Amino acid sequence: MAEAAPAVPQEETIVEPVSEVGAMSQWKLMVLRYRRNTLAMIGLIGLIIGYITVALAPFLGPNDYMRQDSNYVSGPPTPIKFRDQQGNFSLRPYAMAIRTELDPVAYKFRYVKDETTYYPVKFFVKGDPYTLLGFIDGDVHLFGLDAPNRIYPFGADPLGRCMFTRVLTGGQISMTVGLVGVLLSIVFGSVLGTASGYYGGMIDDIMQRIIEIIAAFPTVPLWAALAAALPTTSSTFTALDRYFLITVILSLVNWTGLARQLRAKVMSYSQSDFTMAALAAGASDWRIIFVHMIPNAASHIIVVAALAIPGMILGETSLSFLGLGIMPPLVSWGALLKDAQQVSVVIQQPWLIIPGAAVVITVLLFSFLGDGLRDAVDPYSI
Amino acid sequence: MLNYIIRRIGYLFVTLIFVCIIGFVIIELPPGSYLEFELQRIRLLGGDLSQEQIRSLEIIYGVNDPIYLKFWKWISRFVRGDFGESFEYNLPARDLVFARLPFTVIISVLTLIFAWGISIVVGVYSATHRRTFLDYTIEVLQFIGLSVPSFLLALVVMVFAQRTLGLHVGGLYSDAFVNAPWSWDKFVDLLKHIWMPIVVIGASNTAWLSRVMRTNLLDVLGMQYVQTARSKGLPERRVIWKHAVRNAMHPLVMVLGMSLPQIISGETVVAIVLNLPTTGPLYFRALVQQDMYLAASFLMLLAIVLLIGNLLADILLAWLDPRIRFD
Repeated sequence: MAEAAPAVPQEETIVEPVSEVGAMSQWKLMVLRYRRNTLAMIGLIGLIIGYITVALAPFLGPNDYMRQDSNYVSGPPTPIKFRDQQGNFSLRPYAMAIRTELDPVAYKFRYVKDETTYYPVKFFVKGDPYTLLGFIDGDVHLFGLDAPNRIYPFGADPLGRCMFTRVLTGGQISMTVGLVGVLLSIVFGSVLGTASGYYGGMIDDIMQRIIEIIAAFPTVPLWAALAAALPTTSSTFTALDRYFLITVILSLVNWTGLARQLRAKVMSYSQSDFTMAALAAGASDWRIIFVHMIPNAASHIIVVAALAIPGMILGETSLSFLGLGIMPPLVSWGALLKDAQQVSVVIQQPWLIIPGAAVVITVLLFSFLGDGLRDAVDPYSI
Repeated sequence: MLNYIIRRIGYLFVTLIFVCIIGFVIIELPPGSYLEFELQRIRLLGGDLSQEQIRSLEIIYGVNDPIYLKFWKWISRFVRGDFGESFEYNLPARDLVFARLPFTVIISVLTLIFAWGISIVVGVYSATHRRTFLDYTIEVLQFIGLSVPSFLLALVVMVFAQRTLGLHVGGLYSDAFVNAPWSWDKFVDLLKHIWMPIVVIGASNTAWLSRVMRTNLLDVLGMQYVQTARSKGLPERRVIWKHAVRNAMHPLVMVLGMSLPQIISGETVVAIVLNLPTTGPLYFRALVQQDMYLAASFLMLLAIVLLIGNLLADILLAWLDPRIRFD
């Protein structure tokens, strides 16, 4: 107050060098900001690699995921060594043979490593036929042993099926369930949340009550109750139908979070100048919502959606673990973990819990991605 | 304040009505009816019924009643405490539910207290020791805690306890005490077992709440009244615990309504792995067996417990934070 501003504006300072920052669009700023965040980049790149891996599951896995090997029921992972039979170091990995032996005390079969027999691990070997990505037929696998020997990098499940291929194949379901579910949540959440915030009054009251009621149920039990109502798989109701309905169920419970946040956003937008201008110009409610409000909230929607994906993946895992989610012949990580429900089983066959590691890694990567997006959407903050 | 509480209780009843509708829908969703189940049971026992007998049973059970009448019949019995029969156990659903619900409530409340206690301490530490080695370690643990499904954590902890520590795991009591009457020894035995479910169920919530606490406290520490407190020469411990932490805790009370459903959710799944005598194992079994009266009773009572929990949380928050508007 006391100090007077300089009376003469300094004309020279107006000539500024053309700044890159000012010219960038908001989206470009977000991308820049996102790329600065190491964890977020780890999340993004890790997920891209993950999706490619599960898409190529039949090629990367050495066996067919449904093939049952009655001689290798609950077999341990094949030991892989970087030395040959003579004990010399070799760049080509060797798989140690495993044979069954009758335990004279317990009178049960058990698997014993055969220290004397080594099989070379070959690359691009012919094996079980498969269809890749739904249209490429093939029988070449990335790695494997010469027939009739087989390699089981993650061991075998209680039906003698290759865990490695099953984990990769299960990823196809587990890694997409969150995406599809979140897309549906976006549709429910943004339409209902925007309407609730825009119209206010009765509609808002009813919507808030509905959200409160859904939030009053513990999520997994509610999901389970809805999933239990789905018919069992048959010729008219395939496992794939069930998978889609499971994603619908997951999003039916999950849209509330997005709706709540969007409602708050829209309420703040409804007082803003651009809404007033649109109203004054005679725009309809639908036009204001879809042309002015939702695009403005787009970055916000993406962030909330990304942060909701881990919860959906964990939800599917829990449901399938309980036997209410994905059904055979489809596999998901939760469905694989169903074999590992008893502690005694896990102590005997620790490799059955490997799908759990896949879940944890995927959820971690999605959390990194979501946190990175959240920090990036507001490029003007410091 | 009293007005606020009364209005909240009014809302609670409105919500309860909708919870009942959802419960009813869940009973009606799967194909088949109680009568069909009874008929099947009678046929399995070797008997058979004539068409007339079946028709009269249909009238007694009200199989062909319009849906609103069915709902009315069911809800009026539910309110009087008759939850229907469990097909599988041939017992009133009420007996099965109330035998297990108390354990769920006790474990959930203990888990909540545990998660709160730990997350306040951890949150305060990591906010006051920013960018130290331990702060980063805590952050890594928080990320992992949020990413591991609780049942998987239960499995890993149990395998570790059994293989490495040689502990007896699973259940809430040692074998000797399962059917024993209540005594001091049984209580001590219970304490020896109950910590594991609490830690396992509380892990993800602790991870989440301690992150919330850290962020809140960092916000509050930047406030002017904290500067004032410091500049008037208060010891740092007093500044943090008396001035900052108290205000940073309000959002923690606010998310209580979100963390209670998570805990109950986690509890039901973990109970299967840890073999706990709580609602979870029976509930999911009832769903798989399509024992719908039992399943719906469980789900509705869990929802009612949650609603009451949320009501208490709201009242607690209004009492703690005078800035809350009572409208």
